[in-house]
Amino acid sequence: MKLLTLNFLTCAIKTCKTSPSSFPLHPRDAELEILETDINLPFLKNILPRLMWDELRTITSELGLPELPPAAPTREDLVEPGAQAAEGEEVEEQPSQTAKDLHRVLLETTVKEGKLACGNCGHEYKVMEGVPNFLLPGHLV
Amino acid sequence: MADAEPQGAAYEEEHVHTVYEQIASHFSATRYKPWPIIEKFLKELPDGAVGADVGCGNGKYLAVNPRVFMVASDRSTNLVKIAKQHQPHASIVADIMNLPHPRHSLDFAISIAVIHHISTPERRIEAVKAILELLRPPSASEPGSGGRALIYVWALEQKDSRRGWDEGNEQDVMVPWVMRAKKEKEAKKKKGQESQEAPKEGEQPPEQPQDKTFLRYYHLYRKGELEEIIEEAGGDTVEAGYDKDNWWAIVQRKS
Ligand SMILES: [Zn+2]
Repeated sequence: MKLLTLNFLTCAIKTCKTSPSSFPLHPRDAELEILETDINLPFLKNILPRLMWDELRTITSELGLPELPPAAPTREDLVEPGAQAAEGEEVEEQPSQTAKDLHRVLLETTVKEGKLACGNCGHEYKVMEGVPNFLLPGHLV
Repeated sequence: MADAEPQGAAYEEEHVHTVYEQIASHFSATRYKPWPIIEKFLKELPDGAVGADVGCGNGKYLAVNPRVFMVASDRSTNLVKIAKQHQPHASIVADIMNLPHPRHSLDFAISIAVIHHISTPERRIEAVKAILELLRPPSASEPGSGGRALIYVWALEQKDSRRGWDEGNEQDVMVPWVMRAKKEKEAKKKKGQESQEAPKEGEQPPEQPQDKTFLRYYHLYRKGELEEIIEEAGGDTVEAGYDKDNWWAIVQRKS
């Protein structure tokens, strides 16, 4: 499960969703795995406004990953400066180091095994073979 | 075909979820071509849109648009493991009735061939509510600017299909899924010859691969029924239609 997923996940229990402490879910006993994928700069630029930056910083710090900068990068920060287009020529934008770092942490860093805990009710969801399981036991449905 | 007696969650566990878990890899091999209306819906989304594929099966719709981000979910772990391969998306195991997404957070959702597996009218409404709850509400200044979901269900009216159901037929049905045993032609021939000799007493006959039939529960939607459920769930039907034995609707939240 790539870390970007956690930006769009909360507790599956209905009564938790209205509580701010149910987001984000907290990884516990996580075994991380890097699964390399091609960097997609337009995708990163487009997903940027959707990121809950403070919450992502919490998650990366809980996982013991390198600290994310205090403020979210801008779209411009993701593009390598320099490449000047000659007249009438389109130069393809290149990802900056910031973009590469973001790609690494959001799309390539995955939770292979572990648990995701709700900060509101304490329920833990298992992650096995990279797949988080949100099915609830009968008494919680 | 046996008529089903719908009973709710436990019934669906036995007659839907357990079946898909068992037929996952075989089912996946037959589900690869996206339907055009669904493909169009996904391709017209703005780049960077975020959405859910509720009941994603093998994740065939995750391959349509890599410029959006989809969190795909299914009850079947075996199907989710197959869906997982599609970048840049994510796949999780979850139940439509208890989806783990923040409320009102998504730009879009699709739920294709899913809510026809739900066995009571109350639960069908609850399922559509759960989908609507994912969507961003429209902004006050711009009606129609909210998130949208595309829902597909099997139609009762499909007299030209292989199944041949039509208006007036029973709507709750059990539909067989036949998993053909792997047959290696040469091996089968040889076996055929050998089997002319009767097995000796006390000896097991040579093992033959057997076809296996699984029965899945379906509720077939009659004309207008999907829109009625959407209305009851508090949704607005933006567009709806009939497409190859299915009823479909694009829905949004009421303001
Ligand atoms: Zn919770």
